[in-house]
Amino acid sequence: MNFTFHRKRITGMLVVLPENERSFSEEMKNFNFPEARSLKLKEVMGFDKRRVVEPGVCVSDLAVFGLQHLFEAGLLKREDIDALLLITQTPDHFVPPTSNIIQGRLGLKQDMLCLDISQACAGFVLGLMQAFMLLEQESIKKVVLINADVLSRKASPKDRNIYPLIGDAASIAIVERDPQDSTIHASLKMDGARAGALTIPAGGLRQPSSMETAILEDVGDNNLRAKDHLFMDGAAIFNFVQTEVPPMIEGLLAHAGVAKDGVDYFLCHQPNRFMLQKLAEKMKVPYEKMPNNVVEHFGNNSGVSIPTVIAYNLATRLLQENVRVCLAGFGAGLTWSAMLLNLGSLSFNAIIEYK
Amino acid sequence: MKSVAEILKEIRPEFDFTASSDFIADGMLDSFDMVTLVSALDKNFGISIPGTDIVPENFQNLQTIDALLRKCGAQP
Repeated sequence: MNFTFHRKRITGMLVVLPENERSFSEEMKNFNFPEARSLKLKEVMGFDKRRVVEPGVCVSDLAVFGLQHLFEAGLLKREDIDALLLITQTPDHFVPPTSNIIQGRLGLKQDMLCLDISQACAGFVLGLMQAFMLLEQESIKKVVLINADVLSRKASPKDRNIYPLIGDAASIAIVERDPQDSTIHASLKMDGARAGALTIPAGGLRQPSSMETAILEDVGDNNLRAKDHLFMDGAAIFNFVQTEVPPMIEGLLAHAGVAKDGVDYFLCHQPNRFMLQKLAEKMKVPYEKMPNNVVEHFGNNSGVSIPTVIAYNLATRLLQENVRVCLAGFGAGLTWSAMLLNLGSLSFNAIIEYK
Repeated sequence: MKSVAEILKEIRPEFDFTASSDFIADGMLDSFDMVTLVSALDKNFGISIPGTDIVPENFQNLQTIDALLRKCGAQP
């Protein structure tokens, strides 16, 4: 499904990373694998450092910390926020929406819209699309789009397929109308028939958490995982990305009438270095135009990975310049999404640490 | 240039890959080993195995890996 938006833009971006850093080299001993095999994996996949929250830290804590930073720095005014969108798979509670909790903790005005959306690695693009649609309303002038997840709290420490790659983070993007006559193209697809490839089986109402769902089970490949933990069929997800994402991006560029060479950067979700290198090879895009360095420094932080790759690689450049970028997110749902837009002249674009 | 069997032995030294016709079913290669193997094959043979070809069927045994390499332009 293709979308077109007019006169909308991102005006500022902030990424909040927990200061707590974990090292793959130190964690290798937790897995039932020979060290040599884990080291080979580290080299190929890019597993190294990652940022995770301390026990008890929730999505609203990261979001409130980031917004308070913007208020105190004079980069955002409380009263200017007309809509607060939160994209997360790890809400503080089932009820109420975590976006309302953030609103309440920050003392934001009542005359505004708060909305939680359950999405993960494709969630930044999907969130931008929702923000653009809200900005069609006369009463909404500034949307705060928050992507945040603390999935490390749902990963088994004995599961080498998941644990060493998960990172926690939050991002805040300010989305407003563009006084210039700009056009943004986007594409989105979903396939719920493959929802089981990336899931947390227990903890919802279909299978409530219990003593039984907390028991670690040998799930093969020397990994131990409970039904309360995040499960990913790595081979299925890898094949999904390699098969579905390139044609979506090529279709989006064709729809927009933009050649591949006309895109400065392809800024993708950051699952691991190997998957992104293979994606770049398949699309015949140079590695330097598709950065893949988020996992090695911060881990795969779900819907925050696109803001992180932007802030880490283009921090100061986007304060002064404009570049044409193609964003691509893909993950749980299954959901895959892409967006072609001009990004730049931001009032802020930074990474801060949650303490 | 190393042979495919030598590369496999480096990844999983505990197995005899010449004695199996199905590395996946026999538990000799998991999905992460496949990734490590593809990376090593790419470097060794100077090729780029497409991501869409990284499926278990192509890594079942020495013959299927040989066929994949030839499809990608290598001379194993």
